[in-house]
Formats: sequence, C-alpha cells, structure tokens
Amino acid sequence: MPSIDAVQKEIIGEFEILGEDKESTIFYIMELGDKLPPFPEEEKTEENIIKGCQSKVWLTTDLRDGQVHFLADSNTDITKGLISLLIRVLSGRKAKEILDADLYFIEQIGMGNIIGSQRSNGLAAMIKQMKLFALAYQSKIDA
Amino acid sequence: MQDLVGITDQKGKKLDLSLIRKKFPVLDQLVNGKPLAYFDNAATTQKPIQVIDALKSYYENDNSNIHRGAHTLASRATELFENTRNSLKSFINAPSAEEVIFTKGTTDSINLVAATFGKKYIKAGDEVIISTMEHHSNIVPWQMLCEENNAHLKIIPVSDSGELDLQAYKNLLSDKTKLVAVVHASNALGTINPVKTMIDLAHEQGARFLVDGAQSAAHLDVDVQELDCDFFTFSAHKMYGPTGVGVLYGKRELLESMPPYQGGGEMIREVTFAKTTYNDIPYKFEAGTPNIADVIAFNAALSFINELGKDAIRKQETKLLNHAFESCSAIKGFIPVGTASDKVSVLSFTINHMHAFDVGMMLDASGIAVRTGHHCTQPLMNRFGIEGTVRASFAVYNTIEEIDRFHESLTRIAKRKN
Repeated sequence: MPSIDAVQKEIIGEFEILGEDKESTIFYIMELGDKLPPFPEEEKTEENIIKGCQSKVWLTTDLRDGQVHFLADSNTDITKGLISLLIRVLSGRKAKEILDADLYFIEQIGMGNIIGSQRSNGLAAMIKQMKLFALAYQSKIDA
Repeated sequence: MQDLVGITDQKGKKLDLSLIRKKFPVLDQLVNGKPLAYFDNAATTQKPIQVIDALKSYYENDNSNIHRGAHTLASRATELFENTRNSLKSFINAPSAEEVIFTKGTTDSINLVAATFGKKYIKAGDEVIISTMEHHSNIVPWQMLCEENNAHLKIIPVSDSGELDLQAYKNLLSDKTKLVAVVHASNALGTINPVKTMIDLAHEQGARFLVDGAQSAAHLDVDVQELDCDFFTFSAHKMYGPTGVGVLYGKRELLESMPPYQGGGEMIREVTFAKTTYNDIPYKFEAGTPNIADVIAFNAALSFINELGKDAIRKQETKLLNHAFESCSAIKGFIPVGTASDKVSVLSFTINHMHAFDVGMMLDASGIAVRTGHHCTQPLMNRFGIEGTVRASFAVYNTIEEIDRFHESLTRIAKRKN
C-alpha cells in the first residue's frame, strides 16, 4: 500500500491536471464520491452523523488486522466526494499513522477556494472525527 | 440586449437594459472565470451606484447625529433622514409620514409588532393566524408570543401548487382571532397571496392584519390605504437599498395605543426617576441613534424604483421568469416547486436525485449565483416533503442571455443523475 505521503502527492497531481476550471473540478470531486463503496442504510443513524457539517455525513469505522477502516456516505454529492478523498488517504492504515498524518494535500489543491469557508469547516470536522476514531483505537492498543 | 423591447419607464421612455446594468458596478465581474449572473435577488438585491454614492456622500459631507443637534450638519442630516420617511409615505401611500417607522429590517418590524401590539392586545385563549408559507421571521415571533401569553397559533394550509387555501382561512377566522400575519409574496415559491381579500375577511371578524411585504415591496404596487392593512413590513436591502434598514407601517390609532418597544434615547418625552413619558410616533418606536446613513441612502433606492416604475420592473421580471420556467421545464429531472398562477420573479425547483446544495455549487462554478436550502421556510418545505430547493430569483437588471446560460448549465448538471 502506498504511503500517506504518496497518496497525497497522487491527488495533488490529479487536481493539477484539472487546472483552474472550477466546474470540472467539482464534477471530478463528485465522481470520486460516486465510486465510494455502498454504505449500509441501517448505519445511517443519528449516532453516525459527523457534527459540524452542513450536509449530512455518516461515518463508521472498524479495526481489522491492526488497521483502521472507514466507511462513509453523505446526502450531498460534493461532500461525499470530499470524504472519499479523506478515506483514500487515511483508510486501511494504523491508528498511529492516521493520528500523525499531516494532510497537506487539502491546502495544496486549493480546496478552500473550491468549496468555500462553510464547507471547509465541515471538512475539518470530518478530519477531526477520523482522527478521534484513530485516537480511540490507539488508546486501546496502548492500554 | 433585446430584453426590454416594448417596456417603457414612468415617463414613457424606452428602457435600456445596458444602461440599467451600468448602474450596478458589482454585476460587471467574473466569478470562477465566468461572467456573474446574479439570481439571488430575493435574498438581497444589488445596489445601484446612486445608493452607493448617497452613502459615501453622507459620510463625506453630512455625517451627524439627528434630531437634537444645534448645528448645521445635524439639521442637514435630519432633513435627509426625514426625506426618506416622506418618500416612503408616498411609496406605500401611507396617510402620514408619522406612521412610517424605521427598524433594522422586516424581522425587526415583525418582532416590534409582536412585542408591543402582542403584549397589549393578545391575551390567553386568543388566536393568531399565520400560513404554512411564512418565513421563519413571521412564525417564530408569534410562536414566542403565543407561548408567553397562552394564546394559540393557527395555520392556513397551502395547496400543491403553492397557494393558500382561502376556504380553510375563512374557517379559521373567528371572534377569537386577534391578528392575522401573512406574507404578501412568498420568498420560497414566489406565490402572490390575495392579501386584500384576506384583510377584508379578517376585519369582518374584528381581527388586525399584518402584511409581510419583504418580497413584494420591490415588485408589486403597495397602497396601504387601499389594502387597509393594519401593519405592513419590508426591508430596504431587498429593494436595491442598503442592509440594516427596515420599515414598519402601522395605522396611527394602533401605533399610538401600543406600548413602546425598546427604551432609550429618542423615544422619550421626559425622563425622571419617578416616571418617564414617551415621545410621539414614529419616535416612540425608534429608541437610540438610528441607522442614519443607510436610511438616507435608501431614498436613492426608492428613486431608482420610482424612475423605472414598478410596472416596467414587473414586466421585465415576468418576462425573465416565464422564459426561465419555460426553458427549464424541458430539462429532464427538473421539478418546479410552487406553480401558482400569480407569482413574483422566483423560480424554485429541485432536480431529481440531486441535492440542492450540489446543484447550487455547480451553478456557482459557472458564475451563476442562486440560493439553495429551506429558505427559512422549513414548515413549507415539510409541506412539500422536501429538504429544500434551488431558488433563482430575478431582478430588473437580469437578462435573457443570463437565463439562457443558466438553462445551459442546469441541463449539464441535471444530466449527471437524470
């Protein structure tokens, strides 16, 4: 599996190809969301909703063979695309790796300009929630 | 631009859309690399240069506190401030300028009525009637009031096309009804409500009537004497004026009988620690230093509307709305929300299998500014079983070319899921 760093560089490369055109960038983000594995309807509970997002975002996680796996969905396509990027970078990794990850790709691809400040707050809430899950697993491992 | 063929202004002069657009500097810009098409006019309109100039000129030449100053600048500022009140008197045909009260906006105007009229006249067991299509600002103040005074809130239902059920309204009216508060034109659907008929019906039962004119004042002719409404509320910023200024018109005998809203300067006649007596209307309801600059600049917005004439404005906006509705109806997955026969220039819709946020975001990428979401009308959205809509709302400066671009983008967007 490529490193967190390698995946981020890959994403930055893809967005560079898209260039300045905002419409194609947004369509691309939405297409990424379309490719997420299906999220079980019964998991779309109030408990699994990430607080702090304008759209509804459901996130679940499990630990398999020492690796943290994430599954997510959203009621809006753009948000689904955003969380799919985070999943691509962070899912299937050790809790410690997720906790230590510096997600520089978000700034590098100019995500703030693409999605605006309100959605940037939502994106920050998603990252925080993913790191909180990783922290919970890590403290179990440390205990 | 061929948009204004056959449309003339107040003086019978043919309107030139490119000249109108030149008055709005903000329209001349690229957004995300595309020319801006501003279709969020129901949220707030853009401001013509004369409004911007009036603001600048006030601060550069006349800035002063009003009504009490002993110096030239103060009397100049006072005169300009009161000029706007006089213009508003004519604008809505109020019997007198004293019945025109400045507030922070429509929300503030409605809260003022709830806090003063409500306090005095709405008692336990009384009823207030509103409708399903109200903006939250014409729901929540009445809910709060009814809760506090043990009164009841009654709701006029809305039909599938987005029109009020007048028979249901008649059935709700009774001698318990003390106030009816209804929107003149719906911000979420555009529906124009038959307020004149509704006011007459309310008066037959001895109830008072408040018209929320936030979405009508810039589009429809408003004559408060002909309507015979007891209160009429609207906001400057939705009619080419500055933000932070609202208007409350109220019938003199009501305003005089109502207790004051906020305490402070301006609203008093005499203050002693034993007792304070209050100023006459309108000042009784205008505690504290008002938003002087914006009130003064509002006058320039009224002139802008008056020079074009509401008839010409309405003709242009209707043309835009009809063109948008007809062209977009052909898009696969386009679902209009609110299809009343009588509408202001609001096109509310959803796209099948798509979230309104996504549609709005993709339109923005094409330089097209719309509103998405529940438009502060959650009960109305619940009535239609939807979370929200995409809303394109047009003003006199919008063009057929802009709508064609909107149609083209929307076609591309809707294709994603349809």
